[in-house]
Amino acid sequence: MSASLWAQIAQMARRSILQTLRQPAMVIPPIVFPLVLMSINVGGLDAATNIPGFPADSYLDFAIAVPFVQGALFAAINAGSALARDVETGFIKRLAMTPMRRTALLFGHLGGVLVVAFASACIYIAAGFIAGMDFRAGAAGVPALIALAMLIALGFAGIGAYIGLRSGSGEAVQGFFPLLFVLLFLSSMSLPRPLIEQEWFRTIATYNPVSYLLEGVRSFVIYGWDGEALALGFGVAAVMAVGAVTASAAALRTRLIRT
Amino acid sequence: MTQAPANGIEVEGLVREFKNGPRAVDGIDLRVEPGEIYGFLGPNGAGKSTTVLMLTTLLPPTAGTARVAGYDIVREGAAVRGAIGAALQEAALDPLLTGREHMKLQTTLQGVPKAERRPRGDQLIERVGLADAADRKVGGYSGGMKRRLDLALALVHRPRILFLDEPTTGLDPSSRADMWKEVAHLARDEGVTVFLTTQYLEEADVLADRIAIIDHGHIVARGTPEELKAEIGRPTLEITPAEAGERGAVEHVLSRFGSPAPAPPGAAAVRLSGGVEELAGVVRALDAEDVVVSDFQLHAPTLDDVFLAKTGRKLDAGDEEDTGEHAEAVAA
Repeated sequence: MSASLWAQIAQMARRSILQTLRQPAMVIPPIVFPLVLMSINVGGLDAATNIPGFPADSYLDFAIAVPFVQGALFAAINAGSALARDVETGFIKRLAMTPMRRTALLFGHLGGVLVVAFASACIYIAAGFIAGMDFRAGAAGVPALIALAMLIALGFAGIGAYIGLRSGSGEAVQGFFPLLFVLLFLSSMSLPRPLIEQEWFRTIATYNPVSYLLEGVRSFVIYGWDGEALALGFGVAAVMAVGAVTASAAALRTRLIRT
Repeated sequence: MTQAPANGIEVEGLVREFKNGPRAVDGIDLRVEPGEIYGFLGPNGAGKSTTVLMLTTLLPPTAGTARVAGYDIVREGAAVRGAIGAALQEAALDPLLTGREHMKLQTTLQGVPKAERRPRGDQLIERVGLADAADRKVGGYSGGMKRRLDLALALVHRPRILFLDEPTTGLDPSSRADMWKEVAHLARDEGVTVFLTTQYLEEADVLADRIAIIDHGHIVARGTPEELKAEIGRPTLEITPAEAGERGAVEHVLSRFGSPAPAPPGAAAVRLSGGVEELAGVVRALDAEDVVVSDFQLHAPTLDDVFLAKTGRKLDAGDEEDTGEHAEAVAA
């Protein structure tokens, strides 16, 4: 007899949440660090709103998108580190000895990460409203924004899970973090793409999928319901999520061999 | 291959070859009877853990066949896993979870009915003596506590066959003795078949009903500990002369009583061809040669001698403490 897939996923997700809650270093930075960075940017770059063509009157409305993507980068590290630790400690072999389905391990971990991402997104939104964010999408935009934030987190967590499973090394996962951060900085994080003066930077930002994630999130705040930005944001996030989770599942098949 | 009994293991020509590496396991044959403790003995890198990984379905064999609990390890992996429990070489635990949370996870994943999960987990935690530590994170457990929890987790679904891969490596003598008692209890009182790998000769001697010695992927000896020791047969006499310069004279005398055996520096040893009856003759011969002796030891054959005889070298487990008293405790 074996437990249902849902029971297995629920147990693995519960474990993932407990793991995260018991490591303050995995909870506090994903929430606090993006908000601190945003505060610094809002304080230092507010003059950017005077640039002709800048889409918002307040830099806060422009910059509030960044914590959502930055928090998702932390989700990638959390998911990757947790799976790498399971490989390193041999825990994955213990799981392989049970009738557990592989998908339960992967979706359990990702489910746990999504719970943390949900909480983080709620905190970012609350922080934005407290700081005076002008949220154009209205009440219906809040759950839609959270949905996009979680899809983005799923995409990055899938990438982290893939690296964790392939490498089986927490250090390798941590080593990947700066690369993700570079992707964030080489996007439309600080300025709208049309206003980026350097052509090479603007070109990279245009090809960088992170720009479209940011612009999707940002559109809820600045424009309300911008169909194109939302389609690109949700589309890029969905492609990332599907691709990363598929790759992770393949990596898990290789890592969790059993006859 | 004949059908392995429901609680037994049968292996024929099992091979595992790794990419660009030697054959870690090179065509081994085994038969483990239901309810026995089978000791699988060998030095590091001999192929013990690779064999366990194949028999527990976590590593596909390159060639050969094996049936565990009556199921083929390649074609019926899920059925094998349902019948066995395993505590692999490193206690595979999550340092961030408590002992009780491990139990909850394991009972759920093993499909223990919901109403039985908590009582079963509590019972096993109690049994391995971790009740007081059950709600502490495993990261703070000692090595012995981790091993005991690992064993308890392997038992949640009442397996018929238990694989223990070096369950006492790195444990202090007291924790090792506790583990021996538990393993002995499982086999003797509950009829669980135990496949135990170890690099401790004494562990195999105390616990195992039968033993196989593996070296470089090959089984070089098998039988009960008594049979294997009887194969070596003759006791070894080790003599240290009072004067270091007389070692040659001692060797010369001893050579009349049997074949030379390895001895520590300053001593000479002989495997007595006529058994202990020749002791008096040895003493008389040494006296006749005016050799003064400072130490005189008679060793009955041990598994160490068996290993030496079969592989040409001693088994170095690295930290073989004197665990004689614990052996007696388990035997009692």
